Amino acid sequence: MRLIDWIDARFPATKFVKAHLSEYYAPRNFNFWYYFGFLALIILILQIVTGIFLTMHYKPDTALAFASVEYIMRDVPWGWLIRYLHSTGASAFFVVIYLHMFRGLLYGSYKEPRELVWIFGMLIYLTLMAEAFMGYLLPWGQMSFWGAQVIISLFGAIPYIGEGLALWIRGDFVVADATLNRFFAFHVIALPLVLLGLVVAHITALHEVGSNNPDGVDIKKTKDGQGIPLDGIAFHPYYSSKDLVGLIVFLFIFSLILFYMPEFGGWFLEKDNFIPANPLQTPEHIVPLWYFTPFYAILRAVPDKLFGVMAMGGAIVVLFLIPWLDRSPVRSIRYRGPLFRIALTIFTISFLALGYLGTQPATGLYTSLAQVFSVLYFSFFILMPIYTSLDKDQPVPQRVTEK
Amino acid sequence: MTNTVDTDKRRFLTNATTVVGSIGAIAVTIPFISSLSPSAKARAAGAPVEVDISKLEVGQLLTIEWRGKPVFVFRRSEESLSALANLKTELRDPHSEELSQQPSYCKNDLRSIRQDLMVLVGICTHLGCAPTYRPELAPEDLGPDWQGGFFCPCHGSTFDLAGRVYQSVPAPTNLVVPPHYFINDNKLLIGTEKMEAA
Repeated sequence: MRLIDWIDARFPATKFVKAHLSEYYAPRNFNFWYYFGFLALIILILQIVTGIFLTMHYKPDTALAFASVEYIMRDVPWGWLIRYLHSTGASAFFVVIYLHMFRGLLYGSYKEPRELVWIFGMLIYLTLMAEAFMGYLLPWGQMSFWGAQVIISLFGAIPYIGEGLALWIRGDFVVADATLNRFFAFHVIALPLVLLGLVVAHITALHEVGSNNPDGVDIKKTKDGQGIPLDGIAFHPYYSSKDLVGLIVFLFIFSLILFYMPEFGGWFLEKDNFIPANPLQTPEHIVPLWYFTPFYAILRAVPDKLFGVMAMGGAIVVLFLIPWLDRSPVRSIRYRGPLFRIALTIFTISFLALGYLGTQPATGLYTSLAQVFSVLYFSFFILMPIYTSLDKDQPVPQRVTEK
Repeated sequence: MTNTVDTDKRRFLTNATTVVGSIGAIAVTIPFISSLSPSAKARAAGAPVEVDISKLEVGQLLTIEWRGKPVFVFRRSEESLSALANLKTELRDPHSEELSQQPSYCKNDLRSIRQDLMVLVGICTHLGCAPTYRPELAPEDLGPDWQGGFFCPCHGSTFDLAGRVYQSVPAPTNLVVPPHYFINDNKLLIGTEKMEAA
């Protein structure tokens, strides 16, 4: 009796591998945009492993935190590499997640029957933002401190309960030792567990309904005699090997940044964060890390505290609603009409512009521009039921188009 | 003995168990949620701070730490006091109607006990940055109408030298005046009022 048979009689090992890898049939026409889910998974593993090793040297104490990070950088053997892997990994995570989400918009991957895949994905994105935000407090630099002070104060804008809520989140009257210690706990234990659970849910939902593809064709409609989709190929070995090529290209670029410009000109590690936190002195120019700047620009575009916070929260909430805002029966941009193409282009430009404006001072022209692009950002969602209904979509083929 | 199942009784027992169990489960979360509130130590750290103001020049600003927050203590000149009186329409709350922002004894147009001496918590009421002290008149970056005051570098909120917020800036309310009183002409106690201290 082979070992695997012994195991299979007690644990569904082979069954699991077949269901999710060797007999999971993915459309054969995946393109460039389909690397990023796999890459996100790899980065998640990278962040967990490097995070565990950083935890062995880091001290979550306001008196010791800043120096312990410098200790990791200077005195721990290879500590600089582990720390830069973690900090560069955080930015890389958001790069691939944003590209992964954009793929979903391009090919309508949020549409029936994949609404829950999208919702779980959005929850992953939300958890990731909380994870990144809390992680950024840990080095206890000026930007760590004031970034946390500003973001926690956002909760204070909620009527009646806001101030009490902000006090409860901080655990003190200002961002202090209690805040640092609990953010450490959330960052290293609570949120990673949530993240892993959501990733399992995301992939389980995906493998239940099957992957979408650049044509937006439902490959389960045309099957061969054995019930295998004619346009499907097994994830393993075909896509596992293809993804490895993508991984090599990714690691090439990642290593260039890691070894030659880990601070990325202040974009991945901000200059002010090399100054220890000082609760009495705000830096001249507070900027969140680049992956939050589009939402930060929306916050600042509204000259009212409560409405500003609501606009920022709303900018994320509307993303959850896309599966129901989009009324077109066509998934892929390849067969969608001009209205959606124009709308998606304007949305993409607005998102990038807001991202840039969020890094600039909130004065005169910049604020006006942020207001214009915020309106365009929200228009994409609010007008979506209208323009997707009116749009002149093209007929979708029965089979995928790649030969 | 009958074989019929008493489904009403079964449903009642299921519901009763669910309700009691849920109440218990919710009750168990209370200690965990409460544990995140400021600890006794954090609350006790709010002890009053004594400040010597004898050497404070006109226009000079001292930053004191109280409860981990910056507190600004500064002396206003005669000119800036008269300028404050002329600022009314530009301000959102010129008469300090918002009661939570200052103790009752500072609910006046200058928001202070002594006209010359101003005490403010140096935390912007927008999102908690520390505003910078800009007492000069009409500097280049703040425009010709600037009468002296505070400018928040984070989101551009502006306040006058009484900590009163200007119109159409992100900060919704005036800067907070902490509880304080003068022990004598040269000594100020921040964090308590005369009644409590006695």
